[in-house]
Amino acid sequence: MSKLPDGIQRRQIDGQQRLATRGESVYGEPTDGEWRAWDPHRSKLGAMIELGMDHGLEGGETVLYLGAASGTTVSHVADVAGPTYAVEFAPRPARELLSAAESRPNLFPLLKDARKPNTYAHVVESGVDAIVQDVATRGQARVALENRRFLADDGRLLLAIKARSEDVTRDPAAVFADARDELTEDEMGYELVESQRLDDYHTDHLAVVARPK
Amino acid sequence: MTESSGWFAPLAADSDADDDVLVAAIRDGSADEPDSWPDRAVGEGAVEDEDAYYDRLHRATMAATRAAVTERERADDSQLIHAIRAMDDCQRTANELAERVAEWAGTLDPEAGSGIEYARDLAATEPEPGETAVVSLAEQVVDLEAEADGLRAYVEQTMPTVAPNLAALAGPVLGARLISLAGGLESLAKKPSGTVQVLGAEDALFAHLRGHAPSPKHGIIYMHDGVRGTPPENRGSAARAWRGSSPSPRASITTPASTDPTSRPN
Ligand SMILES: C[S@@+](CC[C@H](N)C(=O)[O-])C[C@H]1O[C@@H](n2cnc3c(N)ncnc32)[C@H](O)[C@@H]1O
Repeated sequence: MSKLPDGIQRRQIDGQQRLATRGESVYGEPTDGEWRAWDPHRSKLGAMIELGMDHGLEGGETVLYLGAASGTTVSHVADVAGPTYAVEFAPRPARELLSAAESRPNLFPLLKDARKPNTYAHVVESGVDAIVQDVATRGQARVALENRRFLADDGRLLLAIKARSEDVTRDPAAVFADARDELTEDEMGYELVESQRLDDYHTDHLAVVARPK
Repeated sequence: MTESSGWFAPLAADSDADDDVLVAAIRDGSADEPDSWPDRAVGEGAVEDEDAYYDRLHRATMAATRAAVTERERADDSQLIHAIRAMDDCQRTANELAERVAEWAGTLDPEAGSGIEYARDLAATEPEPGETAVVSLAEQVVDLEAEADGLRAYVEQTMPTVAPNLAALAGPVLGARLISLAGGLESLAKKPSGTVQVLGAEDALFAHLRGHAPSPKHGIIYMHDGVRGTPPENRGSAARAWRGSSPSPRASITTPASTDPTSRPN
């Protein structure tokens, strides 16, 4: 089991042992004092941590988060990380992301398209320690490759791939195999550290931990 | 310039640069590759130190994202306005053409009916010789009806994301009409609620101004079921009750659900 990053604890909240971070509440999650429960059923990164995957996070990292939506997961990330850049391209969830960022001075919301990194490369710094990606849209491996330029040489990609976003009709296992190939075949691609299905928490999702080649 | 520059370039040039300029830089700028922007910003004298850099970045990204979100949402309400107007145009044109079809068909068949229903029946028949033209016109009526239905579906689907509270209160179609009459969500939000009540009552208003009618009490809100189901003598007060039916009518009409504090389980 991978060690929990600083700032994440397992705590008894609402009669249950749960992952929790400290920060202002964002989506009505159960809390205990300043600790807020991080529900792995609502967060792919939460599930990766719950499953003890080799996420490599220690706390205090610089993070680029792709597909931040209304901020459910990225708010927990910002509670434990350093500078956290949150990219989301749909205006409606971005409004809620703004409220989550209000009380988090290290969270930087950006209404941008993750397929066009040059539209935010003048804002997001180089050499980030981790890219967390959960875009649930076609071409998920491509998005990870396009954004590799932000990652430090010893940084990590923590990627969730949703099979149905690529092709509703295909067998998820085949979709995942293709995505892994696409991530690793390029010179400027990634090297897999670990991959695991998240079915206990998220149906037909694959979690991938990788580092740049 | 060969060296690419970061979003903070305006600050490096003038440390008193306005937030607006930085917002524009975040929204419209670009770079092929990222760089160690915090170090560069300090090195180029844009900010004192790293802490100041991230403070400024937070302020600028919040403002830029807020502005971009508002702009995109506004674009949504203008789509909605076109759709509801086009829907009404299709409906009105279908009705007009249906009348024309009835009048024409009446000269060929004394039993001819009238209205959209009749046009639909006629469109479904195999034309007798000499009837081809009128049957073809009846088909146009049917197509326009179908187009109006498609637009209605679009309005019903879009309205709950553009103005969820108004959609829930007034229904998506009436809500969209209110936005359309006010000329947009923003201007609807700024109207005093008395004006919201008489939106769409222009005819009655002009009659009143010309001096031969009482002042209008209700506009299209009249078409809301809650008001329409009321006896005529009470409709004015029902319309008033309707536009006053929430604690803060105008705010709630136009507040997106996501920023409505009452909708957040905090
Ligand atoms: C499954 S949701 C993310 C949930 C979020 N990561 C969480 O756990 O709180 C996927 C999000 O990615 C966004 N998205 C999809 N394609 C994108 C793109 N090309 N650029 C940026 N965001 C994108 C969608 O708008 C959606 O909000």
